[in-house]
Amino acid sequence: MATVELRFSALPEHVRTARLVAAAVARRSGVDEAVLDEVRLAVGEACTRAVGLHQSSGISAPVRVLLIEEEKQFSIEVGDEAPRTAPGEKVPGAYGADDPDAESEEDEMGLAVISGLVDDVEVTAGEHGGLIRMSWPNTPPAALVP
Amino acid sequence: MDLSLSTRTVGDRTVVEVGGEIDVYTAPKLREQLVELVNDGSFHLVVDMEGVDFLDSTGLGVLVGGLKRVRAHEGSLRLVCNQERILKIFRITGLTKVFPIHTSVEEAVAATD
Repeated sequence: MATVELRFSALPEHVRTARLVAAAVARRSGVDEAVLDEVRLAVGEACTRAVGLHQSSGISAPVRVLLIEEEKQFSIEVGDEAPRTAPGEKVPGAYGADDPDAESEEDEMGLAVISGLVDDVEVTAGEHGGLIRMSWPNTPPAALVP
Repeated sequence: MDLSLSTRTVGDRTVVEVGGEIDVYTAPKLREQLVELVNDGSFHLVVDMEGVDFLDSTGLGVLVGGLKRVRAHEGSLRLVCNQERILKIFRITGLTKVFPIHTSVEEAVAATD
């Protein structure tokens, strides 16, 4: 199982980097070209959500993205460290504090896009943070051609 | 790749041509542009998305916010988009029912319903 791990400060400008890296690794692992747009969008949504959660909870830890190449599938895990006492519940903070409803609506919309795009998706959250795991089928390259 | 924005007036419509990527980083610029237009009295907007390479839910949120603002002034917000990858995002979120989506700026500018 080959893995690429990416950690980035919870800043909106780094979400694009995460999309680019995820798409590059997905392509390399043999994910169908037609599906790469979906991978890009889904990982962007998951990272956007994690950045929002870190900022609204005042968490300085980076957002973590794992890109996992397996034999028959390619998986992406996006983890945040925002604690929830109940799913979706947030700690008030600086980011979007003036309009918490709008932020929560965008968060919901991000999840709606992910579940609309990806067939194989798991969303979990607990007191130590949340995790979105998404998988796509792949066809790994049969052999390395120099 | 960043976000590019330019506006022009066609009759009583204001066409906003958007290019590049609309995501969590760039969407605030689009939001500012739409808010500014409405504050300046432009209530009939056509957002031309033909140059957009990427759109996420943050961008959708900004467009919905724009629609809400123009509707408060009995205005309209129409989209121009032919790209399947972008249209798909409107479909899976059900927003094709919310936004009139046109195939050309000419068509959007002429539309009245």
